[in-house]
Amino acid sequence: MEFTVRACSGHGRVGSLRLASGLEFETPSLLMITRRGLPVVIPPEMLMDLHPDSRACQFTPMHFLEDPLAAVVAKAGGVHKLASLTGFAMVAVARDSLGNEIAGEEASNLGASFETSSGRRIVGLEKYMEVVNACKPDLWVSLPDEVPHWVPEKRNRESVDHTSQWLDHCLSLQHAEHGNRCLGVVVGAGSLEERARSAEQAATRNVAGFSLAGFGLGEDVAQRGFHLEVAIAKLPNDKLRHVCGLGSPEEVLQAVGAGIDLLDSTYPYMLTKECLAMTFPLKMEVPLRNADRDMQPTPDHGVASGFSLAKVNLRSATYGGGRIDETPLVTGCKCYTCKRHTKVYINQLLNSNETLAQTLLEIHNTYHYLEFFKAIRESIKADKFHEFRTWFTSQRVFGMTYDVSESFVA
Amino acid sequence: MLGISPSMALRFEVLARHNRARASRLTLPHYEALTPLFMPVGTQGTIKGLTNDQLEDLDCQIILGNTYHLALRPGADLLDTIGGLHKFMNWPRALLTDSGGFQMVSLLHLADITEEGVTFQSPVDGKPMLLTPEDSIQIQNKIGADIIMALDDVVKTTTTGPRVEEAMYRTLRWIDRCIAAHSRPHEQNLFGIVQGGLDPQLRDICLEGLVARNLPGYAIGGLAGGEGKDAFWRVVAQCTAGLPEDKPRYVMGIGFPLDIVVCTALGADMYDCVYPTRTARFGSALVSEGVLRLTHAAMATDYRPLDSSCTCMVCKRYTRAYLHTLVTKEAMGSQLVSYHNISHMMQLSRNLHSSILEGRFPEFVQSFLQKQFPKGDVPDWVCNAMDVAGIDISMCRIPQSA
Repeated sequence: MEFTVRACSGHGRVGSLRLASGLEFETPSLLMITRRGLPVVIPPEMLMDLHPDSRACQFTPMHFLEDPLAAVVAKAGGVHKLASLTGFAMVAVARDSLGNEIAGEEASNLGASFETSSGRRIVGLEKYMEVVNACKPDLWVSLPDEVPHWVPEKRNRESVDHTSQWLDHCLSLQHAEHGNRCLGVVVGAGSLEERARSAEQAATRNVAGFSLAGFGLGEDVAQRGFHLEVAIAKLPNDKLRHVCGLGSPEEVLQAVGAGIDLLDSTYPYMLTKECLAMTFPLKMEVPLRNADRDMQPTPDHGVASGFSLAKVNLRSATYGGGRIDETPLVTGCKCYTCKRHTKVYINQLLNSNETLAQTLLEIHNTYHYLEFFKAIRESIKADKFHEFRTWFTSQRVFGMTYDVSESFVA
Repeated sequence: MLGISPSMALRFEVLARHNRARASRLTLPHYEALTPLFMPVGTQGTIKGLTNDQLEDLDCQIILGNTYHLALRPGADLLDTIGGLHKFMNWPRALLTDSGGFQMVSLLHLADITEEGVTFQSPVDGKPMLLTPEDSIQIQNKIGADIIMALDDVVKTTTTGPRVEEAMYRTLRWIDRCIAAHSRPHEQNLFGIVQGGLDPQLRDICLEGLVARNLPGYAIGGLAGGEGKDAFWRVVAQCTAGLPEDKPRYVMGIGFPLDIVVCTALGADMYDCVYPTRTARFGSALVSEGVLRLTHAAMATDYRPLDSSCTCMVCKRYTRAYLHTLVTKEAMGSQLVSYHNISHMMQLSRNLHSSILEGRFPEFVQSFLQKQFPKGDVPDWVCNAMDVAGIDISMCRIPQSA
């Protein structure tokens, strides 16, 4: 595995990551979400062609803890072969916001505590590494003792100690032939001193990179910024940095601005579940629109300049000569959904509770988010990341999404 | 070779035969299809979760849409304004819509049939509403499918008595109203539906009446509703014998592969059913041997693909064991099984067409039955039907007393 920093803009950096499998891609990069190895709603055979950058996925080892799936993945020879995703990067992240949240307030020497869909469970080190080794991920996060920022000092210190010990234990249990693929966890939650201590300890280990944990748990945004800064200051520049728990566009920008290279995000899927299509603009050159004016998607080339929350009553659309919206979710978007289907069709699918609606929305939302990450990288290469971030967060007020379910009322 | 009628928008060419079975080319306004073929059911303009690309990859030729659901949402007028269901869905191949009548009767509370039409309570506001043959055809004209179905008076196959006769005669009266109301005979093919329950005399009268109307194609309706298999195949045999050679024959609501093979042997060309996708949602996969219950504990250690002779994306990539872990836990599980099941039905369609075309239909039937009944316990009704079809399946059958 090789990671090389190619360009910088402030603390943000563009890197090129070359995995042992030969797969190469640019960072900062989005890791797409999977469950039990497969995308949640996107047909797996469509994943390769979804977007030029749609090559990297996250998965959680927690799904593979028990038989029969534990035995099945071992027999298949890893998660790539199991899910037929050879040619993809599969990154094992212990915590995932689709069902394996940390339950770290309790102390335990036995292992890390997670809230899963089948209740709270403790995952021990041997078991965790057994699953990691069976899955053969391209990168994997060490077992974290992750706690939220409000825990007492003593518990916080304990989490730093556990995490460091467990990192060593995980490293001792990793299969040698899988090479150096570990992302050592850095915790520290509510204390900047503890955060620095955790980072210092992880920095001395023989790892491929680091995974910053304890975020996305209701912490203050400014505090989060300090924690990212303090941790990253202690980490070597030439190793990968991943963060878990952060996924919205603002969180991504904040993380990238601090020096993060990899993020797994459920943001596209969260929008899909709410019947929302991602429509925010991606190009700084688009002039901001007056928020008072009713904004319509314009036929600009490849740029979404806004959204329309105008509610079109279907009856008026048919009897009153009103507009039926036969435009795609985002005009000019090159995703599968936008090239083939219209808002009115997707609205019909949603109102009829058809699962195809979720599939089409998720394809678009994932594509749009991958374009967002690409725009971030372009801005870093042009040394304009700060401007890009300022521009993006200021136009946020005009709305980020198109509510497909509300646009037509039958 | 073909009957040409002024009210046709299709061409049907029988390319090869084996006794009653035929392999044909059905040229429709939007697509050139090969029969025998299975048509997946799309209800609201989509087959459960599958994208258009996937449907094309699976070789789906004609998809069925339900007029009742489409009329409710998004509505016939919207579809008309947009330019039809093809354009709305962006589906480049063929579509068929049903009349809406069957769904109403089966889905709606207090639906009733009178000479005027089907009366029912609006599902939106409970007000009494009426669907006449004219309404059904007008709605279907707006939806714009390649094939549209006449509104028929359909009764349950288990119904007996004068109601069956009443329904058959009403169906004949209604076909004339449908023909009169059809405003796009050169773009859409109106199929009549043969009714008459399980009564051969009633079926004969209906057949005669519909054939005399010189329609582009015919469906055999009123089956797949709980009648015994023996009665079922006899009705199909009688109807295919009574329908014109040079027009397509569509047996409605048939989806079990065994039923499709038998009906094909007896001379039918088109089939539709929700079965393949519905059974996928319960974790059942269609395979050469029959039905594979993926939820079964034994699947957890079965590392074979669903069907060793299937070349679909699912069978190329995933094992039964993996699918077993997915089906009850992830929506993706039943998505993948749905995909495979549709593939299975389309492969069956291709096998039927090519085996008849290539003069090896009996061998195909024999091989099919041997896989489904490895112990030789082919049901009597299948044997009787194959007798009438003139297909020797004696080698598939081991007498049970032996």
